[in-house]
Amino acid sequence: MFLSIDGLSAGYGGTRVLEDVSFSLERGEIVSLIGPSGSGKSTVLRCLVGLVPPEAGRIALDGSAVDYTSRAAVRGVRDRLAIVFQQYNLFQNMTALDNVAIAPLKVKGWPKAEVMADAKRLLDTVGLGDKHGAYPDQLSGGQQQRVAIARALALKPDVLLLDEITSALDPELVTEVLDTIRGLAANGMTMLVVSHEMAFVREVSSRVLFMDRGRVIETGPPAELFDAPRTERARDFVTKILRH
Amino acid sequence: MFATLIAEAPRFFTYWNMVFLATAVGNTLVMAFAGCGLGLLFGLGLAVTRAERIVHVAPLRWLAILFVEVFRRIPVLVLLLFVFFTFQLLGFSLHALAVGTIAIVLRASSLFAENFRAGIESVHPNQWDAAEVMNLSPLQTLRLTVLPQAWPVILPPMTIGLVGMIKATSLASQISVLELTFAARQLNQRGFSALIAFGTILVIYFVISWGVARLGASVERRLVPQHRRA
Repeated sequence: MFLSIDGLSAGYGGTRVLEDVSFSLERGEIVSLIGPSGSGKSTVLRCLVGLVPPEAGRIALDGSAVDYTSRAAVRGVRDRLAIVFQQYNLFQNMTALDNVAIAPLKVKGWPKAEVMADAKRLLDTVGLGDKHGAYPDQLSGGQQQRVAIARALALKPDVLLLDEITSALDPELVTEVLDTIRGLAANGMTMLVVSHEMAFVREVSSRVLFMDRGRVIETGPPAELFDAPRTERARDFVTKILRH
Repeated sequence: MFATLIAEAPRFFTYWNMVFLATAVGNTLVMAFAGCGLGLLFGLGLAVTRAERIVHVAPLRWLAILFVEVFRRIPVLVLLLFVFFTFQLLGFSLHALAVGTIAIVLRASSLFAENFRAGIESVHPNQWDAAEVMNLSPLQTLRLTVLPQAWPVILPPMTIGLVGMIKATSLASQISVLELTFAARQLNQRGFSALIAFGTILVIYFVISWGVARLGASVERRLVPQHRRA
């Protein structure tokens, strides 16, 4: 088990948002979390990168449990898991290229020439070869999100966490971002995906977890979960979502 | 009026009076620039100390808030007397110029701390999240992305604050610091008309304040990209 989550509970200011969540992720696997808004999908990702402290449970990377109360341990986890946010969260004062290069330069201290070459290559990969010098407010939502993906990849993470990365985008921009992710999937990137794009989830995921009110209700391969859900709540959600 | 001024001018603009005024200008500038320079430094320190994303020790944050709230609310004149008598009680005999500078530092720190805080808080929290998950330290985040985005909010009121501090140095005349206002009063008492004595320092205050405002505007031009200026 590469990443395993066991009995995870968490919340914000006294309100429990996650209750006893357990699942695991193998290297090279793509697992998706689906479910209604407020079901805790994003909180799972925020717990993993230490933005929300876990209240109970065990998160283990490569078999060893992570102590989220230790700064060093959290830094270690963040070295290996990279998250892409719904609102892209690009640094507004930096060009696309600087957004991608900043952490490798300032956190890792990798050699500048290498970092810049790598950042340019990453931007080219996500189809933004001509936007190196553009500031976030000069880019469309889809372009910003692709910069954010390049930025996450620049730290060479083991796992990419995608937090509803297309939810803030205009429909015609969703495809360009999803194509980028498809490319990563084809290259064997391990990913944990929170998404409302059901067709995409179905296409790329090896397993899908349906969450509701902070709990994992049902788990299974996408075909099974979408076509023959076992629980009523999952059936309900899937029918509603697929109807439109 | 102008006739009086012209008649008095040769007697007023003598070498010794100019040396006297130059000393006063020097002292005014020392108080203003040392006071505001240290005030900027401590102000940034205070704002950083009370920022929840940077300092996780709550009592430290409370201390910073207390300092800012207290020194921001006391009239500068009272602050001057407070510093003056505090040092006297402690048994130090401090040069009046030092007392004036310390009072300006206290006031400027608390004032600029609020400018910095408003700027830091104007930056969206998701910028901190993004930096944090990439292991940028809080101070790196502040320096590399938060402050650069905060300058448009920080700088305009800060320039006003700086000019305000220059004007506040005139209150140090009350504790006998030989600064511009004190010098004008002395010259007035030596028989020069109030018109020429205070008129001269009025022009000098204006030139200094105008220079600082221009400086502020040029710093703003350098730190804030064109499309982000308010």
